[in-house]
Amino acid sequence: MKFRLRRRRLGQLMLVSTVAATFSSFVEKTVAQTSATKTTPMLKSSISETMQVTLQVNGTKHSLQIEPRVTLLDALREYIGLTGSKKGCDHGQCGACTVLVDGQRINSCLTFAIMHTDAAITTIEGLAQGDNLHPMQAAFLARDAFQCGYCTPGQICSAVSLVNEGHAKSDDEIRELMSGNICRCGAYPNIVAAVRDVLEGKKDAAV
Amino acid sequence: MQPFNYKKARQAENAVALVTPDAEASYLAGGTSLIDLMKLNVQTPTELVDINPLPLSKIEMQSNNLRIGAMARNSDVAYDAIIQKRYPVLSEALLSGASPQLRNMATVGGNLLQRTRCYYFRDTSMPCNKRVPGSGCAAIEGYNRIHAILGGSDRCIATHPSDMAVAMVALDAVVQTRGPNGARSIPLVDFHLVPGETPERETVLQHGELIIAVDLPASPNASRSHYLKVRDRASYAFAMASVAAALDIQNGIIRSARIALGGVGTKPWRAYDAEKALLNQPANQAAFQAAANAAVAGAKPQKYNGFKVELAKRTIVKALTTVGGMA
Ligand SMILES: Cc1cc2nc3c(=O)[nH]c(=O)nc-3n(C[C@H](O)[C@H](O)[C@H](O)COP(=O)(O)OP(=O)(O)OC[C@H]3O[C@@H](n4cnc5c(N)ncnc54)[C@H](O)[C@@H]3O)c2cc1C
Ligand code: SF4
Ligand code: FES
Ligand code: FES
Repeated sequence: MKFRLRRRRLGQLMLVSTVAATFSSFVEKTVAQTSATKTTPMLKSSISETMQVTLQVNGTKHSLQIEPRVTLLDALREYIGLTGSKKGCDHGQCGACTVLVDGQRINSCLTFAIMHTDAAITTIEGLAQGDNLHPMQAAFLARDAFQCGYCTPGQICSAVSLVNEGHAKSDDEIRELMSGNICRCGAYPNIVAAVRDVLEGKKDAAV
Repeated sequence: MQPFNYKKARQAENAVALVTPDAEASYLAGGTSLIDLMKLNVQTPTELVDINPLPLSKIEMQSNNLRIGAMARNSDVAYDAIIQKRYPVLSEALLSGASPQLRNMATVGGNLLQRTRCYYFRDTSMPCNKRVPGSGCAAIEGYNRIHAILGGSDRCIATHPSDMAVAMVALDAVVQTRGPNGARSIPLVDFHLVPGETPERETVLQHGELIIAVDLPASPNASRSHYLKVRDRASYAFAMASVAAALDIQNGIIRSARIALGGVGTKPWRAYDAEKALLNQPANQAAFQAAANAAVAGAKPQKYNGFKVELAKRTIVKALTTVGGMA
């Protein structure tokens, strides 16, 4: 009962913050729009609005016409339509946006899409082979390693990379090397168990 | 975020030539400090020169040095076999910083130049002499729990947040740069500036000067070294106090010592007085305690960070005890 209540409260909080965020981004946009015309003389006339950027995501090339300031996360979600990678903090602090670039995990919110034109990008959507889940996805399911699921795509991408890196041997090391992925629901014990299953099963987590 | 022009540089000379003439231009490395602050409108460059394609990511032995390229990623440096063996303090410092995802992006050059985590600096609605010279310092009168006890001035008390730089300062690292006026070698202890009257000036680097590499000299201390970081949570947080310590002990006597502190100083803090206190002393608790006292002798705590004086001392003693106990 108590738990239920807490979850509902969280839901309310989330709603409030979403509304607040939408509102503030709306204000920001209107301000930006009005100030764009006013401040044009201050900005250098050569600042280009958009550029052609080609990204290779999950084996498919996508040609986008975007501004250089579009982050990789926003390019994936807003332009390519891959909404698996989540936006949590947008400042490198939560790990919800974790994707693999040339097999290495990074926070896609703190990097510009235009920096990755020569790279192979893998998101949560690219891990399964058709209907066959990636071993890490299967382990998360088997261990019930999530509640609301918001952090899960980032957790799984991060965990896949952790296995490939080969530095974690113990549960403590798994915890340390998963510390960049914050889970608001506190599913941590089951996440550690899922990662340990894949590590011990020596299943090939490579992508 | 303000719009900007974006260019990729393929050669160092090319990068320097692109950034130097434009006061609003900036290098872009891993982006983990710069993009974060651009989203907050704390930094607003109108021109970004992406230096990721530069061939500067090698870690290699030279005659008397280990040279670490400026674009080497923090994760690659941390797990490098030579560094783990000969400079464990550096590997430990890097692995204590940020998260695996961030370390995969963060570079050596960018790490040295990351900006303070002072929350007033990051909030453009607050006065801050570092961000807007002459506007005042919200931290001195404000909530200054995370701020510096060493090296502050009445203009600024922000800490330098880097763990890597603390280890490198203890290792006598030398920064190699190339700029509009040619190449320079700058000892890392002299690279960062205390705030004084001009907190907006954080390093001796000139506009357009590019970090090429960091050199670590061969050292008898370095393999016997340790980084100890104390923070509010067990992992993935900036230091409240941290210590990089290296000792050369022969027959129980300390023949040379290197100590640097993080989380307590306005720059990566080399604790020369603590080193002096250890020289030619037996490696025991009394000597470690004397070194810890010497390290914080000049400390000026603020209203909310008085605990850092004792915390720094205990962290020093514990780090030295660990290094002293190494075979
Ligand atoms: C959530 C979070 C937690 C963190 N925790 C820690 C921590 O615990 N400990 C810690 O030490 N750090 C921590 N960091 C900071 C992180 O280590 C730095 O942001 C990173 O090292 C900066 O490197 P970069 O390559 O991303 O720099 P960038 O953001 O690309 O650049 C930073 C600055 O350096 C300049 N620059 C970059 N390279 C060069 C060069 N070669 N020559 C001249 N100028 C250059 C850029 O122009 C820019 O002004 C954390 C960061 C985040 C976001
Ligand atoms: S401590 Fe320094 S960075 Fe922080 S508000 Fe004061 S002047 Fe700004
Ligand atoms: S959204 Fe990128 S780390 Fe939080
Ligand atoms: S499962 Fe809800 S945030 Fe992790």
